[in-house]
Amino acid sequence: MSTPYAKLPAWADYGLIPLINLSVAFIVAGLVVVLVGENPFRAAVILVEGAFGKGTGIAFTLFYATTFIFTGLSVAVAAHCSLFNIGTEGQAYIGGLGIALVCLSLDSTLPWWLLFPLAIVASAAFGALWGFIPAYLQAKRGSHIVITTIMFNFIAASTMVYLLVGLLKPAGSQAPQTRNFVGGAELPKLNWVIELFGAKIRSAPLNICFLLALVMAFLVWLLIWRTKLGYEMRTYGHSPKAARYAGISETRIVLTAMMISGALAGMMALNPVMGDQHNVAIDFVSGAGYVGIAVALMGRLHPVGIVLAAILFGMLYQGGAELSFEMPSITRDMIVIIQGLVILFAGALEHMFRPYIQAIFASFSPKSVGMEAIKGKGA
Amino acid sequence: MAQAAIELIGINKSFGAVRANRDINLEVARGTIHGIVGENGAGKSTLMSILYGFYQADSGEIRVGGKPVAINTSNDAIALGIGMVHQHFMLVDNFTVLENVILGAENDPLLKSSIAKARSELDRLEREYGLEVDPDAVIEELPVGLQQRVEILKALYRGAEILILDEPTGVLTPAEADHLFRILKQLKDQGKTIVLITHKLREIMAITDTVSVMRQGTMVATRVTKQTTVGELAELMVGRRVLLRVEKGQSEAGAIKLSVKNLTVKDSRGVTMVDNVSFDVRGGEIVGIAGVAGNGQSELLEAISGIRHAVSGEVMLDGKPIDLTGKADPGELRDRGLAHVPEDRHHVGLVLAFEENENSILGYHDDERYLKGLFLNVDAIMADAKDKIEKYDIRPGNPRLKTANFSGGNQQKIVLAREMEQDPGVLIVGQPTRGVDVGAIEFIHKRLIAMRDQGKAVLVVSVELDEIRSLSDRILVMFAGRVVGERGPEATEGELGLLMAGVEHQEAAE
Ligand SMILES: Nc1ncnc2c1ncn2[C@@H]1O[C@H](COP(=O)(O)OP(=O)(O)OP(=O)(O)O)[C@@H](O)[C@H]1O
Ligand SMILES: [Mg+2]
Repeated sequence: MSTPYAKLPAWADYGLIPLINLSVAFIVAGLVVVLVGENPFRAAVILVEGAFGKGTGIAFTLFYATTFIFTGLSVAVAAHCSLFNIGTEGQAYIGGLGIALVCLSLDSTLPWWLLFPLAIVASAAFGALWGFIPAYLQAKRGSHIVITTIMFNFIAASTMVYLLVGLLKPAGSQAPQTRNFVGGAELPKLNWVIELFGAKIRSAPLNICFLLALVMAFLVWLLIWRTKLGYEMRTYGHSPKAARYAGISETRIVLTAMMISGALAGMMALNPVMGDQHNVAIDFVSGAGYVGIAVALMGRLHPVGIVLAAILFGMLYQGGAELSFEMPSITRDMIVIIQGLVILFAGALEHMFRPYIQAIFASFSPKSVGMEAIKGKGA
Repeated sequence: MAQAAIELIGINKSFGAVRANRDINLEVARGTIHGIVGENGAGKSTLMSILYGFYQADSGEIRVGGKPVAINTSNDAIALGIGMVHQHFMLVDNFTVLENVILGAENDPLLKSSIAKARSELDRLEREYGLEVDPDAVIEELPVGLQQRVEILKALYRGAEILILDEPTGVLTPAEADHLFRILKQLKDQGKTIVLITHKLREIMAITDTVSVMRQGTMVATRVTKQTTVGELAELMVGRRVLLRVEKGQSEAGAIKLSVKNLTVKDSRGVTMVDNVSFDVRGGEIVGIAGVAGNGQSELLEAISGIRHAVSGEVMLDGKPIDLTGKADPGELRDRGLAHVPEDRHHVGLVLAFEENENSILGYHDDERYLKGLFLNVDAIMADAKDKIEKYDIRPGNPRLKTANFSGGNQQKIVLAREMEQDPGVLIVGQPTRGVDVGAIEFIHKRLIAMRDQGKAVLVVSVELDEIRSLSDRILVMFAGRVVGERGPEATEGELGLLMAGVEHQEAAE
């Protein structure tokens, strides 16, 4: 035991601490808003209303959330095997390449319901490949996965630029992107679901990838806590020595975990590419991979937490866009700052308040300390 | 009677449904050594953790030196002069000894003066108490025995007046334990107060002034050591008479099941740990390997179980060789009937963060019984875990409980249950009863002998001479990586002790 503090009950662990972190992030963000001379409370209202107030806002929020669910799951799967996959960004980018190849060659021949499965497989396979290489280098050559995945983000970016200004670019076009996909490559929207509840939607990119993301969240839960492979990944994640003892091959488990992680990252590309833009453009991932790290940490590596955290970040994206529109003195850059603060407090500084809360718990309600073990499932 | 150093009054502590301590009263006189004994899970460590500020009591009062105190964190305890040597070491594995000792006691940002001060202070403590450890050695490279010395040094360095030791001798050889006891006596003579938790009643008799017995969370008796006996204490602990030495019949050794020939193993630094060792284990016999910790036994076990690379030699399991390149698949060896209870249950034999039921299949998770295709058969795993809990009397009997929250002895039972219930042909066991109470020792020894009587080959490595002598049909003594002698079970402790110290070996070499 490394901390001199006892354990927290589950509700504090999964509810109170994220809430406190989030509140602090918003307070600090509020101070930033005050600094530029705006009213932080009005800003907060605009942010929340922008994200959830109207049907269109909700649809956008969920569209962004879809992207973050994929990247969050990707980071979480690797993390359960104690691998810090920073390469989600690049894996998603390369996943987009897979989709581009499928769509460019088949979009006018196949209906969406045939093309979509093919694109899922292609994006997952390309993402998995991009995860495989750093995993192989770690398992066989001992190069640290954190370093190699970062480098692979750059390699992915350069490769995509090379392809998008060359091979994949339609002749004569000025834009570094593929031609627009047609027909089968345009996924059905889900906006009508929100409209069922009476809200009006002008136009929003929410599409069936959202459902796919939820399915993947469930599958990841199954994988981690209900399959033999997940058991092995968690064993290795907690104790490589115990894994060795149990006959779990380090090479195999590291490769598998990273390929699954990469596949999930690759599938992220489906959402913007087939659900929204209908082309593969330069830098279409735009940081979603890194947001995935924060989402996974904030969601405590559990799919349910990840879905909730992803929706939160979706809200920040969508509401933030509204905010910079309504309050011109709050620029897009400031929105990025606010998002950064949330990432900072909820993700990176996740443990900052924990010791204090534990100490408070220990002195006020000693009975609850240590009960987590009995109540909470090892999730 | 001398003034009480510590008084615990009406202490209660529950973990969910488990009442670990109920209405405990305890008084420890200043300048004495007070023993606490009790079965696994009786609540000893919990009580001491409350005293050390690791847990807070649900109700009750603590007095130190007559004054009521609130101990909310271990810093409070340290400030009150209470030091603790934990059952499970609380050291940072990749720090050096010196860094571990000053951890939490640093007082300048650059650590320069802290380190210098610590170095001289350590030097003094080491000389004064004979606790030799290289201050610059990295913890993970030290054998457990030495790691424990670091724990003691840590407490002394913080100026502990009251020293709590939770099963300090669990990992020590008899000689090392004697050494420790000399240190404790010295500390006592200097007026320090010592609380000693141990499962070894002999130690209680040898060193304590008074002794308290706990059973299932309650304090059932306190005795003046001189006025009690081992038998009485054991009975008080378990609530029934206990066989301190398990009866066993003559062994009927059968065919050779495990054969080790000229095995040589080096550690990561290239030091020879196992040096040209050869022996056989036949079905129906228990072969015990005695030796002071760190003489190659651990490496021997690891090489045989396919975890560690061996430089040369041959190991045959049922007449077929084992891959000694360190790339052997321990899973495949399990299929071939080799079960292994590793010495280090915390990092190797168990995943402490797992639920009990998850650990009860570790290594056998490939077994069809526990699977439904690619999925874990959760129902079967739970049923199987409950079954083992029942058979091995693992407490608390909750397969959903996190393994870290089981007491040491019960954790060991989880490992043993898993390995023994697979009905292996060959069972190799490292430190079968480390940290295990007398009742459970009796149980484990009976099970090991039952395995033998079913014709299994059993190889036991233990630093407990008593254990080796009462279990083994043949005893091999290891010293400096070599097998320096083979004796029958009738060998005396003195004789084995000399072999373990390498005396005979050196004489023979000269
Ligand atoms: N953090 C915890 N959460 C839940 N239960 C716990 C926790 N810590 C201890 N327990 C339970 O409390 C009881 C007392 O445990 P404790 O560790 O004090 O026993 P012990 O007497 O030290 O046993 P041992 O001799 O095996 O070390 C056990 O049933 C144990 O499983
Ligand atoms: Mg204990």
